[in-house]
Amino acid sequence: MQDYLIRFVVGGAIVSVFALFGDLFKPKSFAGLFGAAPSVGMATLSLTLWTKGAHYAAAETSSMVLGAVAMGIYSFAVCQLLKRSKLHALSAATGALFLWCCVAFAMKWIEFG
Amino acid sequence: MIIGLRFSSLRQTHWSEYLLRFGLGGFVTAAAGAIAAAWGPLTGGLFLAFPAIFCASVTLVEKHERRRKERLRLAGDRRGRDAAALEAYGTVLGSPALAAFALTFLGLAERNAALAFVSGIFAWVVIAVGVWWFRKSLFWLFGPCAVARGVRARPAAKRRSL
Repeated sequence: MQDYLIRFVVGGAIVSVFALFGDLFKPKSFAGLFGAAPSVGMATLSLTLWTKGAHYAAAETSSMVLGAVAMGIYSFAVCQLLKRSKLHALSAATGALFLWCCVAFAMKWIEFG
Repeated sequence: MIIGLRFSSLRQTHWSEYLLRFGLGGFVTAAAGAIAAAWGPLTGGLFLAFPAIFCASVTLVEKHERRRKERLRLAGDRRGRDAAALEAYGTVLGSPALAAFALTFLGLAERNAALAFVSGIFAWVVIAVGVWWFRKSLFWLFGPCAVARGVRARPAAKRRSL
């Protein structure tokens, strides 16, 4: 339980710092880069290195690459939904999360079985 | 446009919005750990690139832009959606950088963990800014503004068939 509490605090802090950078920078397209910042990755990997070692952390990053590709496809879909439909940002972003899951798990199945 | 800092946007953000981002980020990090513990590191690793903060960010950007327009007594729905779409487009450009972070970390983690982190972050910054700059340069050279500046010739008008 304590492990998850530490993860929550460290993850929340790192994500907040990157979100703050995203707010601070202009133009908007540059600020959007921080939406794909490795904030959750940094928090998780630092704790994984500490508790489970480098081999386990390396295994996690090998599938993180696939997650990053899914992230690119997901954010492109959200961008198109916002431009071409009258959906609000919250509906578009949460609705397209299903797409992220499908793409990420499909690629993981193809790559690792 | 040159990259710059806009401190006024920090004042627009309510403390509850910072709290929401903290909570979301913390929840996804803890959930990624729980998923890795239950289904192994390969499944858990996917969630290291989960768009945790993205949903909150685009929603807040849309809300702030809409409010700014509504303060001028103008309809801000479209403006809000356009700003959110632009933010999402930036994230599309940032996703190769996220993959670069993961690949760099993967290559160095078992040799030197600290070096893996520093190199991963460096790779993320270089690729993110590089891709963004490359896209911006293409737009500057070939976009509609290039015609106005005389960098690119105006496309010939299509001849109408009689």
